[in-house]
Amino acid sequence: MSSEWPLWEVFIRGQHGLNHRHVGSLHAPDAQMAIRNARDVYTRRNEGVSIWVVRSGDITASSPSEKGPLFDPANSKVYRHPTFFDIPDEVGHM
Amino acid sequence: MPSLPDMMTADAEALARAAGKGGAAPLEAGSPAHDLFTGLCRLGDNTLILGHRISEWCGHAPVLEEDIALANVALDLIGQTQLWLGLAAQVEGRGRSADNLAFLRDAWHFSNILLVERPNGDFGHTLMRQFLFDAWHAPMLKALEGSNDARIAEIAAKAGKEVAYHLERSADLVIRLGDGSAESHARMQDALERLWPYAGEAFIGDAVDARLAEAGLMPAPDSLRPQWEATVNEVLGAATLSAPESRFAHQGGRQGRHSEHLGHLLCTMQWLQRAYPGARW
Repeated sequence: MSSEWPLWEVFIRGQHGLNHRHVGSLHAPDAQMAIRNARDVYTRRNEGVSIWVVRSGDITASSPSEKGPLFDPANSKVYRHPTFFDIPDEVGHM
Repeated sequence: MPSLPDMMTADAEALARAAGKGGAAPLEAGSPAHDLFTGLCRLGDNTLILGHRISEWCGHAPVLEEDIALANVALDLIGQTQLWLGLAAQVEGRGRSADNLAFLRDAWHFSNILLVERPNGDFGHTLMRQFLFDAWHAPMLKALEGSNDARIAEIAAKAGKEVAYHLERSADLVIRLGDGSAESHARMQDALERLWPYAGEAFIGDAVDARLAEAGLMPAPDSLRPQWEATVNEVLGAATLSAPESRFAHQGGRQGRHSEHLGHLLCTMQWLQRAYPGARW
């Protein structure tokens, strides 16, 4: 039966001010039921103040086979990290 | 219908005494303390028996999501039971605990309405029973928030939040299944007709209820009927289900006269404490 229901990805915001985090997925016939099910499956231990659900099929994901071209070039760019740079003392605390 | 003595332990109360519990004279029937004890047991027994019934679905629900949702409701109800029966035991003042009341009383001392001891049936039947109960439970707790007894008002406020969700969920599912496929509609209509004669008991008061209402401790049962009917009519209408005309209601549960189903339920629920009195984990 559950195979007839679409899969939903669930995002929970744990506290005010924090981002929603992906916590898992579940099956539900529509968005409202997905929220209800997410409440029952993923917030039983007081984990959340807000729930997002999105149809898994609506997520466009990068392909693992493109991992090299997508991410490797960033490997050698240490200067993209702020810690790469020496901050002059006169600048003070940033 | 007279119940037979418990077969496993000839005298459960003697066993309880041997374990150092109870022993003092019971509260006098008709006294304010006995009335309050009775009223609290009626609340706690409803949540205990329905909570146990729903827990029977654990691992068997049609989908994982519903399985855990039902288990959550069951746990909410068992949690409320601890509060109601805990307060009942305190009011009784005879050294019994919520656990003693739950596991060492026999069927004729239970005062839940007959509706909650009905067998689960199919998933739709379970949800219909839940909805008919929730539609009473929510306004009952709302009214109890106004109790003269602050301990009752506090428990009702805490439980009310849980039950608001129970009602939202069961009403939604009754509508979805009633207004769903031909098969789901037929099953929900069948469940409604089978359960309807058990829905009215919650609104029929006795002398204990009258005294509790007079004292401002608990609402008169019939005062909750208009709100229950409004909720039920609205939801059943949206679910394209039609309630039977009859107001006939099976009665007796609140006075300790139960259907055979309660004995079987207690047999499962209580066997460990009956077989190994005082066992802890």
